[in-house]
Amino acid sequence: MALSVREYRARIKSTESMKKITRAMELIAASRIIKAQQRAQSAAPYARELTRAVSAVATFSNVDHALTVEPEDPKKAAILIVTSDRGLAGAYSSNVLKEAERLVEKLKEEGKEVDIYVSGRKGEAYFKFRQRPVVQSWTGFSDQPTYDVASDIGSTLISAFLNETGGEPEEGTAPGVDEVHVVYTRFRSMLAQEPVALRMLPLEVVEGEEKPTEAELLPLYEFEPSPSEVLDSLLPRYVQSRIFFALLQAAASELAARQKAMKSATDNADELIKKYKRIANQARQAGITQEISEIVGGVNALADAQAGSE
Amino acid sequence: MADYGSLQVELVAADRLVWSGEAKMVIARTTEGDVGILPGHAPMLSVIIEGVVDVQTAEGETWIAAVDAGFLSVANNRVSILSEHAEMSHEIDLEKARQDLERAQSSGENDDAAQEAVRRAEARIRAVERAS
Repeated sequence: MALSVREYRARIKSTESMKKITRAMELIAASRIIKAQQRAQSAAPYARELTRAVSAVATFSNVDHALTVEPEDPKKAAILIVTSDRGLAGAYSSNVLKEAERLVEKLKEEGKEVDIYVSGRKGEAYFKFRQRPVVQSWTGFSDQPTYDVASDIGSTLISAFLNETGGEPEEGTAPGVDEVHVVYTRFRSMLAQEPVALRMLPLEVVEGEEKPTEAELLPLYEFEPSPSEVLDSLLPRYVQSRIFFALLQAAASELAARQKAMKSATDNADELIKKYKRIANQARQAGITQEISEIVGGVNALADAQAGSE
Repeated sequence: MADYGSLQVELVAADRLVWSGEAKMVIARTTEGDVGILPGHAPMLSVIIEGVVDVQTAEGETWIAAVDAGFLSVANNRVSILSEHAEMSHEIDLEKARQDLERAQSSGENDDAAQEAVRRAEARIRAVERAS
């Protein structure tokens, strides 16, 4: 018996209150996931229409746009890493960061310099602790991103892509890069989220995976004022909407990861409580047994003493 | 007049579907000026600027929305209006729009962002005024 019964009781109590906290966090995360999924769903029509419009322009005009041109001999790449603002989400942020590190290694092997952009306090802290430079970071929205944030991130990355590489960046703008990658966590299901890295810029316009049916064949559009101007305003929005999509997916993944982590924390707390209760009961019983044998021993000794004196 | 049916209209903001339904006419402001779209309009993709979108339904109702810069696409009697932000006239907070306008005008800056803010606030105020 290492500890007294009282000490075990204190441990049980603290584990119980911890369990209440993790249980509450689990429930909060669970209810927020539903909201996050709804948000992702309500953002879908915009993304769908935008994709349709982009593929229409891409199909009917041969306009090259600055955002779609592959730079010859890319030397510099930017990576946007989408992490969470808060912890207690299991390996969520560290998985994204691991994936990002892999991408950094790969790009470095290809002889490219890497500029890092981070969203979420966890990622920011990670790079700060390792004293690695981060060009820009955005924080404070990871579990419910708004479109404004996405459009801010999008325009920063686009301006970085459009700026000349090598030269000194103009005041207030991002240093130029040749390609832009995004690392975020894809939400596959409540149980499975996987970190993915994809190249955002230069854009590759990929048309829908399934072949369009007859009725869906794109009509011959008229462009107003002109195809290139339509593309000019279409493509940045497309990029922003893709980033928004990544942020929404990351938010749903973060909440799912948190729910899972908190569920196992609650389960562990349950087990701990059970274990401590057993040990505490054993200790209590051992105490009682000892007291009884002491009393019995005492009575026996008294009886012996009395028997001896008679 | 030949019957071309009616338009399927979708007014989509970045984070939600603002309005959808059938209409017989849609009026929006593009970079080239106002366009009115009737059923049977030729396929068109066009850039719209901050302004008011006017949708007249088959039942004779008029829906008015304030939109930001975005797109208008018309094809096979489907009209999609995409804008980063869009609000129906009954959702707009007039007081707030007025304050935004004042703030944007009095900021004294004359760059693109400030002008955009002015246009955006004006569009919202106009939408409410038109609707009432």
